[in-house]
Formats: sequence, C-alpha cells, structure tokens
Amino acid sequence: MWQYVLRRSGQAFVVILLVTFITFLLLHNLPGGAARSALGLDATQAQIDAYNVQMGYDQPFLVQYAMYLGRLFSGDLGFSFQQNQPVVDLIVQRLPKTMVLSFLAAVVALLIAIPLGVVQATRRGQWPDYLVTSVALLAYATPLFFLGMLLIVLFSQTIPLLPPQAPQGFSVLDILADWPGLILPVVTLAIVTLAAYTRYVRSTMIDNLQENYIRTARAKGMSEGRVVIRHALRNSLFPVISLLGMYIPALFSGALVVEQLFNYPGMGLMFWQATQTRDFPILLATTTIVAIATVVGSLLADIAYAVADPRVRLSGGSE
Amino acid sequence: MTTTPRGADETPAAENLPAGAPLPTGPGSPEPVESSQRRPRRRSSLGRQGIEMFLENRLAVLGLVLIVGLVLFSFVGPLLHRTDQVHTDLANAYVPPGERGYLLGTDGIGYDQLGRLMLGGQTSLIVGLAAGLLATAFGTLWGATAGFLGGWVDAVMMRLVDALLSIPALFLFMLIATIITPTVPMLVLTIAAFAWLNPARMIRGDSIALRSRDFIVAMRGMGGGSARAVRSHIVRNAIGTVIVNATFQIADAILYVAYLSYLGLGVPPPAANWGGMLSSGIGEIYSANWWLVYPPGILIILLVLAFNFVGDGLRDAFEVRLRKR
Repeated sequence: MWQYVLRRSGQAFVVILLVTFITFLLLHNLPGGAARSALGLDATQAQIDAYNVQMGYDQPFLVQYAMYLGRLFSGDLGFSFQQNQPVVDLIVQRLPKTMVLSFLAAVVALLIAIPLGVVQATRRGQWPDYLVTSVALLAYATPLFFLGMLLIVLFSQTIPLLPPQAPQGFSVLDILADWPGLILPVVTLAIVTLAAYTRYVRSTMIDNLQENYIRTARAKGMSEGRVVIRHALRNSLFPVISLLGMYIPALFSGALVVEQLFNYPGMGLMFWQATQTRDFPILLATTTIVAIATVVGSLLADIAYAVADPRVRLSGGSE
Repeated sequence: MTTTPRGADETPAAENLPAGAPLPTGPGSPEPVESSQRRPRRRSSLGRQGIEMFLENRLAVLGLVLIVGLVLFSFVGPLLHRTDQVHTDLANAYVPPGERGYLLGTDGIGYDQLGRLMLGGQTSLIVGLAAGLLATAFGTLWGATAGFLGGWVDAVMMRLVDALLSIPALFLFMLIATIITPTVPMLVLTIAAFAWLNPARMIRGDSIALRSRDFIVAMRGMGGGSARAVRSHIVRNAIGTVIVNATFQIADAILYVAYLSYLGLGVPPPAANWGGMLSSGIGEIYSANWWLVYPPGILIILLVLAFNFVGDGLRDAFEVRLRKR
C-alpha cells in the first residue's frame, strides 16, 4: 500500500514540476517579455531593467527556472500591479469558492448519474437506456453557456423561482448561506460531467452484473433489487472514486464558464477578468495553481481508490 | 496516471488484421468461382462488414447525413443565397424573420442572419475539422511511439502528456489566446496543441498491446526499424481507435471554438462562427430577438451530435469486425 502511495506521489511530483516548467516557458513568451507584461505599457526601460534584476531574469535560463520554482514553493506567486496586490492573496480568497462550487457540482452529478446508470444497466437496450443516453448526449453537445442561459431564462424568468445570479458573499460561509443562488450554477456545472459519469456507471454496472457472484446471489434466491443494489452497485462504486479524479480538469474548465455566466466570485471569474485586462501575473499564477490542484486532487482520488479496492494497489494501478 | 478500471472506456482493442493484408477479396482479385451457385453477399470483406454494420446503425447514418447537410449549407449555401457579410447596414438592424426579404431576419448591425449562419458554419467546420484531425494525427504518432519504445522514453513522453492534461484546457486556451492574436490558423493550432493528449493516451494503450504481437516481432527480426514498425504496423492496426477518436476530437474542437468566442477570444468580426454568433445572441435572450439565439445554438448542437453519432457508429462497426472473426 505504502509503496503504491509513494510511487504515485512521485509521479504526481514529476508532473507538478513539468507543469511549472510549462508555465515558466509561457511566462517567457508573454508579449513584450515577462517584465513588460507585468509592469504594463507605461513602464520605463529603467524600471524594466530593475524588475529583471530583481526577479533574476538576467541570470542563465536554468538558474531562472530554479529561482521561479523557489518563489513558487515559498508561496510567492507574483504581484498584480493592476490590482496592487500579491497574487497569492487573491488566489487564497478565490480558490476555496471555486472548490466548493466544483465539489458540489461533482456530488450533484454523481447523485443524478448513479441512479441513471443503474437504470440503464438493468434496462439495457430498452427505452430507458436509450432515453438516458440521448438526454446525456444532448446535454454534452450543448455549449455550457447556452445551457446555463436557458436554465436562467426558464427558472428565474419564465418561472421566477431562483435568483439568476450566484451568491456574492465574501466568505465561503456567506456563499453557502445564500444557497438558493447556488442552485443554478451548481446544476449547470454538474451537467458538464453528467454524460461521462452516467456512461461510466452504466458500463461498470453492466460488467459487474455479468460476474459469477451475481449469478450466485441470484441462485440463492435473493431478490433482484437486492442483487443490483447490494452486490453490483456496491462494487461499481469503487471505480467511481477514480472517475472523480479524472474529471477534475473538466470541472475546473466548466467552472470558468459557469462563474463568468453567473458572476460567481471564484478563480474562474478572476481569471476571466484578468484575460480582459491582460493581467498576466494573475493569469499565469491561476493556471499554475489550478493545475497543481488538479494533480493533487487526482492523486488523492487514486489513493482513495487504492484504499477501497485492494486489486488496484496489488496490480500496481497504472502501468 | 489515473488508473483505468475495466469498462472505463469502451475503446475497441483494435486487434484487427494488419491493414492491407492479402485478404481474399481485395479489389482486382479474381472472384473465386463458387461452384456456379452464387452465394448472396455473405463472404464480404471485413471492411465491407464494417460499412454494412455502420449503415445499419440509424443514428450513425443520421449523423452522416447531418454533417453532409451542414457542410452543404455552409459552403454551397452562400452561392444560392448571396448576402453582404462585410458592410454593416444599420437601417436594417433587428429585422424580424420574413420581413423585408430577410428569411431569418438580421442582427444588431444589419447582417442577414441566414447568410451569416452559412459564413459562420464555414469557420466552425474548418476549425473543428482541422484542429480535430491535426490533434489526432499528432497524438497518434506520439502515443504509438511512446507505447512501442517503452521504458524511460515512454515514461518521459507520457509524464509530459499527464502534465499538459492536468492543466484545465480552457484556462490554457484563454491564456494562449490572450498572448496571441486570434486568427483562424492560430485558433486551429491552439486547440490542436492541447487536444492531442487524449488520442496519445489511447493509442499508447493499443501500441503496447500490439508491440509484442508476432507479426511485429517477425518484422523486427527481418531487420525492420522502429520507425517502420510504428508507421506501417502500429498506426495501421490501431486505425479503428484513431478514426473513432478523431470524430470525437472534432466534436470537442467545435465546442472549444464556441467557448473561446463566448469568453471573448474568438475570431473578431466581420468574420463569424456559430459560437461567436451564439455568444452575442445570448445578450439578446431577454429581448424578443429569438432568431439571434436559437438558430446558431441549434446548429452547434446538431453538428456536435452528428459527429458523436458517427463516432459511436464507427466504434460499433470496428468492434463488430473484431467480434465476427
């Protein structure tokens, strides 16, 4: 077990190093160079030179990268001159909100996907199976912002039931307290992964229902409902843990669109605003942090999966 | 890497025969005389079985028809329905459908909406197809090479894929679109630059399964090099996975173009694409100008669905080829 955790963490660490290297390369390809993009168009040559010396951009390439890593791991994510704030402060404010949104969306998606997948697997090739597949595919094919907008029109204009804007609270608790406003954003974001989740639950359920222990359970005279729920579903839930890890990037990408659409004050909205003002320190730092959060999230999901299902850690998981 | 339990992906293992292997019914091969009584087309080639299987799938055929229809609409349509999509015409802004000779009305600066949908379809189709195909081609080569060579080369190549995959795609697209000036070729390159990762992973799996097969070992024994093995054996045998994957990549690329346009980084006007039209139409959703919102939205959905139907049909077709043997 520990061997598996160690090896998997080693892989994750290498991936994080590579991610930082990619963002470092991007930093050097910013328009006008790293200094110009951070200081803005009005900066004088002297200011730019001073900034370059201060950040070590006059050093050899690998030294620069080492310094960049050093700053990153000591929590210095750069300074946004447009917001006149260290980027890390902005991210600390915003990241938890995005995580709450994504987590709720993943939970809602699972709560919908698991029953649907079970129904599909037990009614395979009949109309409920086709119906769910078509609806899920339709949801996938609809651009998220269009879908979100249709939901807003339907549930806050035609039937004035829910507020069209996300909660604007400063802290996570304020946001959770204003839960009616969260419903539409969470449901919209849940739809991102819904098609993938149902398809997955359906196929693991179908696999499990063909196993020998299911036949044994039926032969013992166990009721069909009990066979499906207690035996097949329980074993199908393990892989779902790793599914959660796999779709973290998709959730974050979706959060970018959903936060912009509902004006939810998370990282995605901050990132979108930074693209409009070309605030490159924020853009790069956010990308790095979101990527690291993704790597750590899928690492945790894989470890949880290995804890739950011994076959994974014994066969070594991947490769 | 994320562990992939059974049933995670319904990807065919693509263990078909080497393409171009001397099957008895290749074109030009003499029809074997079957003791004068002609059997009905039973002993058709594997390829033909695949096509028959595909054609039996009604959704796949519907998808194909939709794609052809939308291509005709976008590329042939403008020849039949000529409109000015460059000069604005403020006197004729927001004309409702059917009035003053505008079949689908006009938008906020007087562009004919129907003609604009045709023009926008061209961009959406070109970017989607080009990015999807480019990404699949590159991902295939990358994955096939990594899987075939194995060892530390594979480890390095795949960790790079992991790293790129762990950066949520939209964040990267937006960051890059802020750095570059969005034009159609740049949009294609940007999307392709990050869409090759999933094909690379899938083909790598196929490649590992194939590299120890007898015909590849034999080819190497006869002195064939790695490049040749990858090019003419691994890629050709994984062709089912490649083609199926390409259709899904195209669908995803079309959606990504829409997202980039919505987030303000699409191709600037007077160029148009469905995503951009839908995004600007979203602003009209509270007014009564429905013709600016729903037509581009429905066209995007139809196009993405169509590529998915075709992809599913192809996957079944390739899988059935395997099962029947």
